[in-house]
Amino acid sequence: MKDKDILLEVKDLHAGIEGREILKGINLTVRAGEVHAIMGPNGSGKSTLSEVLAGNPAYHVISGSALFHGKELLELSPEDRSHEGLFLSFQYPVEIPGVSMVNFMRAAVNAKRKYLGEEPMSATEFLKLMRQKRAIVELDNKLASRSVNEGFSGGEKKRNEIFQMAVLEPSLSILDETDSGLDIDALRIVAGGVNKLKSSDNATIVITHYQRLLDYIRPDFVHVLYKGRIVYTGGPELALELEERGYDWIKEEVDNERS
Amino acid sequence: MNALEQYITLYHEAREAIDTHSCELLNRLRPEALKALEGARLPRKGDEGFEKTSVEEMFAPDYGINIQRVNIPVDVAASFRCDVPNLSTWLGVTVNDAFHPTATLEGKLPEGVLFCSLSRAAKLIPDVLAEKYGSLAPLDNAAVALNTLLAQDGVCVYVPRGVQLEKPLQLVNIFSSPTPLLAFRRMVVIVEDDASAQLLVCDHTQVSRTDSSESTPTAYMSSQVIEVFAGRNASFSLCDIEESSSATSRYSQLFAHQAQGARLVIDGVSLTSGTTRNDYDIHLAGEHCDTRLAGMVIGSDSQHIDNCSRVFHKAPRCRSNQMFKYVLTDKSQGAFEGGIEVDRSAPFTEAYQSNRNLLASTDARMHTMPQLLIYNDDVKCSHGATTGQLDQDALFYMRSRGIPEQEARVMLMQAFMSDVIDTVTIPGLQDRLRHLVERRFTSPEGFCHECASCHDITPEA
Repeated sequence: MKDKDILLEVKDLHAGIEGREILKGINLTVRAGEVHAIMGPNGSGKSTLSEVLAGNPAYHVISGSALFHGKELLELSPEDRSHEGLFLSFQYPVEIPGVSMVNFMRAAVNAKRKYLGEEPMSATEFLKLMRQKRAIVELDNKLASRSVNEGFSGGEKKRNEIFQMAVLEPSLSILDETDSGLDIDALRIVAGGVNKLKSSDNATIVITHYQRLLDYIRPDFVHVLYKGRIVYTGGPELALELEERGYDWIKEEVDNERS
Repeated sequence: MNALEQYITLYHEAREAIDTHSCELLNRLRPEALKALEGARLPRKGDEGFEKTSVEEMFAPDYGINIQRVNIPVDVAASFRCDVPNLSTWLGVTVNDAFHPTATLEGKLPEGVLFCSLSRAAKLIPDVLAEKYGSLAPLDNAAVALNTLLAQDGVCVYVPRGVQLEKPLQLVNIFSSPTPLLAFRRMVVIVEDDASAQLLVCDHTQVSRTDSSESTPTAYMSSQVIEVFAGRNASFSLCDIEESSSATSRYSQLFAHQAQGARLVIDGVSLTSGTTRNDYDIHLAGEHCDTRLAGMVIGSDSQHIDNCSRVFHKAPRCRSNQMFKYVLTDKSQGAFEGGIEVDRSAPFTEAYQSNRNLLASTDARMHTMPQLLIYNDDVKCSHGATTGQLDQDALFYMRSRGIPEQEARVMLMQAFMSDVIDTVTIPGLQDRLRHLVERRFTSPEGFCHECASCHDITPEA
């Protein structure tokens, strides 16, 4: 593949929170059309990676770079990262009492249009867009009039994330443990939504603990994150092997190498 | 220093003029008020109930008082328009302390309903007013006594037994004067048994013609005493919006009395002002009363806003709910002292109070002091006060969806106020308030100068 297809290129990324270094040199290249799965034991830094890429100000970057469409992602504000085409589906979507879903989405859509130098969307156009995109994840119309995520069930929250992804049409989506807290039906709907949005122009990073989600969203690459580094990369079969054997063999291999 | 002295001196000097330009109803109580002021002083900062606000300092400047009640004409009917449609009201205007009816009132009010000046009402319902005027606001309160000593007219809302007003009343209070001015405002609201009414009050300051945006605005002070009488099974709701200037001070004292089964909804909205202090004294005197008292404060620059509530449960099976919310930025200061007092005579009371505050800058300060005095075992009471900052997780969530930080902050601050706005019962007003709050957060400076209601009302002379 040619370099121009590279969406994201993370090089030797070190980052942490509250003075603790958690990511200790991440290298990752994601090209258009690819699905990458990032797996790994608890505390290995999976969520930190997604938060750092999305620009959560609670985390700090120590060194390294992350080029997104050739632009340095780490220097952009979270809102500009979104406008440039990055999307993070949160592990724990935040409830925002008093802010309606409609106002929230309109603000997001129009902020992006402004960034791209386009006129704000008309009310009719906007409502049509909402209707179309809701269908992708079978999100109930009722939820649109409620406050953001307030009183949503676990499944509704995750479907709401994918709905937002559908509206914003990112070129790179990071799904942080989107399967956690989902029953099998909700999982199928959420995964179905992600697959419908997949194209040869965009890419997805799926962060997950379990093989289960990967039955629905087929990865091209599976990476194992351990102690802040990607220590193992393989194809979809690696996920199956991890499901069977656990992480211990990788931990041992890595820990032996280091000592 | 005693700020009262200048006013007492003024009273002695101008006694005759004060009486001449007033009416018997108000004149009758002046000697008693004068007596009550002997040796009295206005509350100072640090006095009980006045931890952060000095009423004495508010009254200390040498304001002018329009004792001769020189008319400052305002072409209201032609020029006042509301910037949000769908709000159809019966509109009256107070310029400084003088009530002016508008065309919306002419012959339109239901039979027996009054929305007029106190002096006019005193001629129409003399016995009712003689009994009610000054009966709730106690003269041993120095600020009430001062208001009673010098108030020359005011506003009367009277809704006779069984009458349900289908449209809200609206009172626009405007300050307009070429020189600094203190106005003593007085209001008596009587909603008789089984009657219902809604009243929207908007406080504005006139941007005088000599004021340019660079010059300092004229200094105003309003001393306001409101007495509300809600009869048996009566329903009254009041939304009081203050949208004045940084040079305006206001001390408003509301006293309400609820008879059996009366419902009262009060929303105090402080959008812009200089120094504001609002007192709410609410007496639930009959069984099954229901009171909702809500306050919303948005502070910026060096604004100082203080709310003090006292809800007295005196009869069994009443319910009261208080909710005050503040968003403070810049160097603004907020204070809230909230009281619930449940008498021995008030078993099965339900009384709740909450005060939640957002500090959106490091220099903003909030002082809060909830107080519960419960002399009865059979009650459900709660109170809670929290002061914090914007939810960082929510802020990041919004930004990660592309909403710029500043816009996200405004949306969150607005959202914070949404449950207060939800308590407003006047039709169409919730939307108007959302709009006002949004505008307040997006253009905090010179807010009043942009406000259509001030601009459109221009003095003729």
